[in-house]
Amino acid sequence: MNALPDPGEITNALSSDSFRACAQLITAIERATPGLTPVLQVLYRGGRGNRIIGITGPPGAGKSSLVNQLITHIRRLGKTVAILAIDPSSPFSGGAVLGDRLRMMQHSADTGVFIRSMASRGQLGGLTKAVGDALIVLDAMPWDYIIVETVGVGQNELDIMQLADTVVLVQTPMSGDDVQAAKAGINEIGDIYVVNKCDHNEADRTVRFLQSMITLGLHLQPEKIWTQPVVKTQSVSGLGIEDLANHIDHFFSVMKPDTPDMRLRRRHRIAYQTKGILRDILERRFHDSNDQQIENSIDAILTRQSDPYALVSELLAAQG
Amino acid sequence: MSEQKIKVIITMVGLDGHTTGAEVISRVLRDAGMEVVYLGVNQTPGMIVNAAIQEDVDIIGISAHASNYSLIEDVISLLRGSGVHDVPIVVGGNVPRHTITDLKAKGIAEVFAPGATGDEIINYIRANARAQNERAA
Repeated sequence: MNALPDPGEITNALSSDSFRACAQLITAIERATPGLTPVLQVLYRGGRGNRIIGITGPPGAGKSSLVNQLITHIRRLGKTVAILAIDPSSPFSGGAVLGDRLRMMQHSADTGVFIRSMASRGQLGGLTKAVGDALIVLDAMPWDYIIVETVGVGQNELDIMQLADTVVLVQTPMSGDDVQAAKAGINEIGDIYVVNKCDHNEADRTVRFLQSMITLGLHLQPEKIWTQPVVKTQSVSGLGIEDLANHIDHFFSVMKPDTPDMRLRRRHRIAYQTKGILRDILERRFHDSNDQQIENSIDAILTRQSDPYALVSELLAAQG
Repeated sequence: MSEQKIKVIITMVGLDGHTTGAEVISRVLRDAGMEVVYLGVNQTPGMIVNAAIQEDVDIIGISAHASNYSLIEDVISLLRGSGVHDVPIVVGGNVPRHTITDLKAKGIAEVFAPGATGDEIINYIRANARAQNERAA
């Protein structure tokens, strides 16, 4: 593995918005190249605080096509955008087919758009850390918007949305009745709800379910300054995209960085990111089968001369 | 838990609309543990090269069933012209024998003609993709 250039050099390369420097740095993040940490530290401290939009929802809801339309809209306004599109890895082979880019191909030749696909790779801490780190790199570049897209299945992929400033939750008509809408989990994380494929005759019903779910909870949180809108879109034609983009911009004008809500969110994000890094360091050590010390401890636990809690203490102590 | 996953672009170029081969090989490579960025149809050489740079892939696979070989040559020259020298390009499809020789002379690393097995392609990629060379270095 080639050695990384020093942090200063990388910062310069990124500020002259070199796609290649950015792409290679994200590869280094995915491959956990040694020497990366000091680079990320420098980049983080010089971060621009770009607007990060998270987009999630069930498979086939039309997220990538929606992102494609959003890119078109953003570019029409003369603004730039970077996309991080995360697709699941196979739990069996570890491989992946990353197909999000396929839906965004019309922007492939546009120098104001950077699209990077990432495979989720299945580790708990790993994905959080990899996406968090990739966002550090993108935040060091002068993007007007950064979009993170994940499939909203699995706690892992949903969790990633904590790294975004605002979360767009994409659903389709016929995705369930009012009881489904009331279930905890995915329905709670949206800042903006999208009912895509809105030409379907059940679309209005789905919109009503979502709206009633939102308004029902309102009185419990009177201090909230943002009420989630429900937007109807049609990714294929671009219908409703301008509406969605306006809601996104409205979010940022209501949830300014100095509002208590946004401050709290950013604090949560830092805590979440830190936990991801922490978990990754520990898990990496644990999955390293060459680590004889861990293997010996497991042997001792097997014969009940030791116990899992003792190994945890050992691991934590070893990290200093 | 190796993180040195090989990342591959699978694409058609130009107006070649024969997607089956590309979709099958994407699946085969996925099952071999590789990460496949599937670009699909209607790709210009410039779009393929941009994708290769942004995705920072280790190898590019072009599925060719439409005799559009000059476009494949354009991919080679554009990629090398952008300063990417360590990412091999391979072609798969019903390519005539004399064209295989031509393409290889112009910088295509390997051509997989009809009859090539999944294992052959997997093994070739494992041995020749960029990440492999970096690891050996």
